Amino acid sequence: MQNGEHFGMEDETYTDIDGKAISLECQSHSGFCREFTVSSAKVSISRVMVYTCAVWMTAYIIFFFTELLLFQNTAVLSSAIIITLVGMMIHIHFVKVDHETLLVIGSLGVQVSSSYASGRESTDFIEMDKIKDIVINEAIHMQRVIYYLCILLKDPSDPSGVSSVVPLFQSSKPRLNCLVKVYRSCQEILAKC
Amino acid sequence: MVLKIFFPQCCNKADSGLLVGHWLPGQDSAVVLAVIHYPFIPGQVKQYIHQIRGQSGVDLAVLGSWSMPKEGQEGMESFLRELRTIFPQGRWLQLSREMGKIGFTSGGEGKTKEEKTGEEGDKVIFVHYEQRKVMLSQLHPTDPPVPLTQSTSELRQVFGTVSQSESLFFLDKYDDSPVKLTHWQSEGREGSIIVELMKQASTPVCLLTAWILVLWTSLCNSRSVCLGRVLEPSETLKANIFMSFLLDVTLGLLLIYWLYRENRVGQLANALLPAADRVAKELEELLQWLMGAPAGLKMNRALDQVLGRFFLYHIHLWISYIHLMSPFIEMILWYVGLSACLGLTFALSLLSDIIALLTFHIYCFYVYGARLYCLKVYGLTSLWRLFRGRKWNVLRQRVDSCSYDMDQLFIGTLLFTILLFLLPTTALYYLVFTLLRMVVVMVQGVLQLTVDFINSFPLFALGLRVFRSYTLAEGVKFSVLCEEPGTPLHLMMDINPLKFSSVVQTYRTATYSCYPKDSWLALCKKLFLGELIYPWRHKTTKID
Repeated sequence: MQNGEHFGMEDETYTDIDGKAISLECQSHSGFCREFTVSSAKVSISRVMVYTCAVWMTAYIIFFFTELLLFQNTAVLSSAIIITLVGMMIHIHFVKVDHETLLVIGSLGVQVSSSYASGRESTDFIEMDKIKDIVINEAIHMQRVIYYLCILLKDPSDPSGVSSVVPLFQSSKPRLNCLVKVYRSCQEILAKC
Repeated sequence: MVLKIFFPQCCNKADSGLLVGHWLPGQDSAVVLAVIHYPFIPGQVKQYIHQIRGQSGVDLAVLGSWSMPKEGQEGMESFLRELRTIFPQGRWLQLSREMGKIGFTSGGEGKTKEEKTGEEGDKVIFVHYEQRKVMLSQLHPTDPPVPLTQSTSELRQVFGTVSQSESLFFLDKYDDSPVKLTHWQSEGREGSIIVELMKQASTPVCLLTAWILVLWTSLCNSRSVCLGRVLEPSETLKANIFMSFLLDVTLGLLLIYWLYRENRVGQLANALLPAADRVAKELEELLQWLMGAPAGLKMNRALDQVLGRFFLYHIHLWISYIHLMSPFIEMILWYVGLSACLGLTFALSLLSDIIALLTFHIYCFYVYGARLYCLKVYGLTSLWRLFRGRKWNVLRQRVDSCSYDMDQLFIGTLLFTILLFLLPTTALYYLVFTLLRMVVVMVQGVLQLTVDFINSFPLFALGLRVFRSYTLAEGVKFSVLCEEPGTPLHLMMDINPLKFSSVVQTYRTATYSCYPKDSWLALCKKLFLGELIYPWRHKTTKID
């Protein structure tokens, strides 16, 4: 049983649709249980510094203007600090996704989970009865065509129809080579059970 | 097919014995509920299981054998194999675990014809679950209760099986009974009742009351065990309403404390009269402005004067009325403030009514202006049709052509011209008073929304979500437990609690509130035509 394979440091480097580097990790726990983790780039310090400096420069400028015109108001500075801190906390807790995981357990179901930069994890489990298939779909996003992996859910009223589509790896948006690897692995498991 | 065994965590360290549980119909899975220990008499075991089956309605059966051999217990394996003949089943599980190892092995299951060997271990998944949490949790969206025999999703069946098997968990291995079981109660037994009480102390008031009742009945049966109960959705709703009411009353009492502490009521009453005077003065100034040349527009002098004087007289009447009331205002406010002990929502609703009363003159002006404008528009449309040689046919509800006499046409045209040139004046008055009325309506609307929010907020459900997140389950999450080579796959099933937004959405108490039923477009149309707008209309009330 192979345990962990890291892809991304070897000849095949994966990127997302915008060109940023991502990494894919495939773990095979058993013959019919596999876990795929796609990790995006971490929060870059330079961007944080640039953003913080911009906000504080603006706050200082406003402060000096109000000082010149009317009165000294430190509320501008303190509100700038508070806004920066709150904004950063909201960003790492709700917006920035660290890695996304897909756990496929044959005959039980598929678990999709996103883990945010603050450590928060949001998980969703879909039972095998509801899953029709896992496919790679095309989509038109602005001016380009992108591929994404998705789970097709069965329609209870119509056995051959599809009731809804659950897209996977939404934040990391890997490219086709990465998706094909995951797709082939998933199809092996789905075919067995 | 892969066999799935749902195994409770509390039985991981249980002594060897028989597995009792339920085979899920239609799926290749089994839910293990408890382990029966030695020594036991097979006949008594069968009788006990039959009794529990009748009590709980769950199709319990002996699933197989569980062996965790300790020192000095050799020969257990052969004994366990012989048990199979005593309990004839279609499938028989043989789970074994060695001390010091984490993984289980399963073997020897299968039909009587073939005995499958160790490689079968690859096709079994063990899903560990925490029995107490699964028993107490409620899967959302809560469907109406279906019997377990119908085909629902596998997870729902698992949750349903565990929660319906409460009667199985009454007897324990420490009890003096012919059948000794291990299940989730076994781990709680060692703890003192103080610990159990402290665990329950985090529950809000009404659950505590329910638990006290359970404790009372369980004390009467002389056992010190605290059985949790699965909360039905209707109970949660009732608890929500109770908690909202409590919160309401608390906030109201706080308001009273704040109001009466420094004679704020007196201050309010003293401030009220000058405020009303100021409002009246502002209105007078506004009317004077309208009577002049408002925003550079030239009004029809005569009509302007008439309307302006008419409204000014009204304001004068209103001010006299307020001055008449002034000695009683403080007394009234004092008693009204006391009514806040019935809840903050009560005080807010009263405030909304007081605002309506105090701005009654604005409402009157709006009605006068609207009616005048409406009449004008109505006359204009009718005379415009006459202008073009048409008429409104009331019988057929449509516009027909009609030939008028010369006199009719002449007078009609004259009237049309008069109305048309008087339109800007009336329209301006209408506009001003409609805006004022909208301001008052919005203030009342905000108060109404606050009242609604306080009433419908599901405080109890949120408290449950924060303190006992496993009771409100949106789903489950799996994590792979560390595996050893040669053992089948072990997964840990945790409960995925509901998101806060879903909690609020599911458990909002419906309030009897009257929202405006018109869309924005319909509202604009009504405003343009001069129809009166009644924002707070219930469905049953008629509109005159």
